[in-house]
Amino acid sequence: MALMTYRDALNQALREEMRRDPDVFMMGEEVGAYQGAYKVSRGLLEEFGEWRVRDMPIAELGFTGLGVGAAMVGLRPIVEYMTWSFALLAIDGIVNAAAKMRYMSGGQFKMPITFRGPSGVANQVGATHSQALESWYATVPGLKVVAPATARDAKGLLKSAIRDDDPVVFLEGELLYGSKEEVPEDENFTIPLGVSEVKREGADVTIVVHARPLHSALRAAEIVESEDGISAEVIDPRTLRPMDIDTILDSVRKTNRCVVVEEGWAVCGMGAQVVDDIQREAFDYLDAPIARVTGADTPHPYAKNLEQLHFPQADLIVKAARQACYRK
Amino acid sequence: MATRIVMSKLSPTMEEGRVLHWVKKEGDPVEPGDVVVEVETDKATMEVEAMGAGVLRKILVEDGGTVPTGTLLGVVAAPDEDISAILAEAEAGAVAEATAATDGAAAVAAATPATAEAPATVSAAAVEVAVEPAHQPAGDGGRVKASPLAKRMARENGIRLEQLNGSGTGGRIIKRDIEAAVSGGVAATTVAAVGSEAPYQQVELSQIRKAIARNLVTSMGPIPHFFLTIEIDMNRALDLRAELNKSLEGSGAKIGVNEILIKTAAQALAEHPNVNVAFADDHIRRFTRVDVGVAVAVPDGLITPVLRNIGPKGLRQISAELRDMVDRARGKKLAPEEYYGATFTISNLGMYGIDEFTAVINPPAATIMAVGATVEKPVVVDGSVQVRKRMRVTLSCDHRAVDGAMGAEFLATFRDMLENPLRLVL
Repeated sequence: MALMTYRDALNQALREEMRRDPDVFMMGEEVGAYQGAYKVSRGLLEEFGEWRVRDMPIAELGFTGLGVGAAMVGLRPIVEYMTWSFALLAIDGIVNAAAKMRYMSGGQFKMPITFRGPSGVANQVGATHSQALESWYATVPGLKVVAPATARDAKGLLKSAIRDDDPVVFLEGELLYGSKEEVPEDENFTIPLGVSEVKREGADVTIVVHARPLHSALRAAEIVESEDGISAEVIDPRTLRPMDIDTILDSVRKTNRCVVVEEGWAVCGMGAQVVDDIQREAFDYLDAPIARVTGADTPHPYAKNLEQLHFPQADLIVKAARQACYRK
Repeated sequence: MATRIVMSKLSPTMEEGRVLHWVKKEGDPVEPGDVVVEVETDKATMEVEAMGAGVLRKILVEDGGTVPTGTLLGVVAAPDEDISAILAEAEAGAVAEATAATDGAAAVAAATPATAEAPATVSAAAVEVAVEPAHQPAGDGGRVKASPLAKRMARENGIRLEQLNGSGTGGRIIKRDIEAAVSGGVAATTVAAVGSEAPYQQVELSQIRKAIARNLVTSMGPIPHFFLTIEIDMNRALDLRAELNKSLEGSGAKIGVNEILIKTAAQALAEHPNVNVAFADDHIRRFTRVDVGVAVAVPDGLITPVLRNIGPKGLRQISAELRDMVDRARGKKLAPEEYYGATFTISNLGMYGIDEFTAVINPPAATIMAVGATVEKPVVVDGSVQVRKRMRVTLSCDHRAVDGAMGAEFLATFRDMLENPLRLVL
């Protein structure tokens, strides 16, 4: 174990997987000579050479297509987008090519490709660079969608994503790159896709949350514990498709109340799906309507004060948890 | 065309019913087959479906109201239809069961079997009576708001939601309200002690409790009971059970003592048909098959699901049926015909460590068998003392139909079969 940043944990995962399997290679804007826009690929060009760490032009759809073709002939490409907001230009390659290939070829082609890059809000980068679009990808059969919130999860899940034979959309938190956690340095360490983790145990309300808002939720759990005596259980599904809903259901059956949190917009968001699963599978266990805390229903503001208000901060989660527990 | 929704007689022992919850509110459109209201009979909760289309024009008995069977609960009619005649009739108390039964109420007739044998489907029971059109009143039916969890907990604890005040948003009844009620605060009103009288809680009678009380005073009073007790050596029967269960390992099936008692009783009754009877005023009914009732404790009372025609059934089938019946009995999911009309009943309190007891006959049957715990005790066998597993059973008999010697002969056969369980395969 070593205390390391989320950025270095990802770097370690990339390095270990490229050492382990010569078919793994990386491509994207600025990943080589510049060492990555967020320095996730630092040192990889030096170790693996430009054959396996490929700088790409500003042409997301084009290099996504290259990656899909490479995966069809048996390589394991890792495609980095400078941000997931830019991947909108490549969505045809992700949704129409990568996600469909195994199905439309009748299983003749596997698609062992990982699409990764920063997602969500950063500091004042404006409406077109601050989006959390995970529900767009999670709605597509054929894709797997992962959104780690901690350094340990980032490393373990990225290694599993690279080893997976299906296309994985891997959403990193732009403001999480500098966050630190103890991370196993064992190169055999992985975290399986599709497994939720109880990040904090509790008895009175279940908070389901992924990506950066996990940290808001954990703060909120401390606040309601000390101020209201409410014991909150915090669960991070980590993989959004396929989601391990059973862990969430077990928790809701225990606590009878639930708050679902996400950085993205409420309408058709990830949380809407979680709420649907819970109401169907655990209806008779609910003691309160399921609350949701989401990003505000507007384009993302540039102004710092408004940006703060847009995000599902701890105070909003505290309010929702109290409401679910019929306090105040 | 207006149709009436009436508190129908949904089981042979039902004299009154309680409106649990109106699913539809006044003014709601209604299609034939829609569940309009849930009613609680003396032993089960049933959904009443609409037989006609229109809107629910009038609710006459609100949630929680208890009324005699035959009472008009509500009226479904076209929005502009004149229903004043029906309402006036209800006011005058003129809606009788007879009306319901005659005016094309086939569904209800089928749903209220006069005897237990009639296999009826009772998922729906609404009454449809044609009346002439007229004009419209309105109002909003009071709806009890409760969380799904609270509703489930209330059901499991036999608590009536409409007695509670909800502490959740907008008066919603939530988990903590039910917990408070269960711990004694709300559902049961505490009455202060007067003089030397001990303080007590006044607990409202549930429908099932009322049914038990009503039915059993028709038993111990009018029926001349007598009791016969016999002690049975259970070693071989228990060995047989263990052996059977070993052979069933991995199949998911498991034979319990009750199944063996049910099977044995049926075999013994086949040899003593004069005990498989009911007294019916001017004649005795000697049943030609054995339907065994099994007393099951449920949260607010007791219910006796009936396993039909045990004679040809094997232990494994009896076991499966028993398990299903007990599960559904605990969930209050039994249809009325499933808990009526046993020709013989077994009540087993052995699991509570009761050595022996007497049971009150559940009419119309003429007998009931009370089974105590199987205990190890010293017994003299061929002049020496041995430790044996012994069980005491007591047969209550209706002396009008069964005499002492008849009951004793039956019990002797019952004992011999259990002590030589291979007789069961004969």
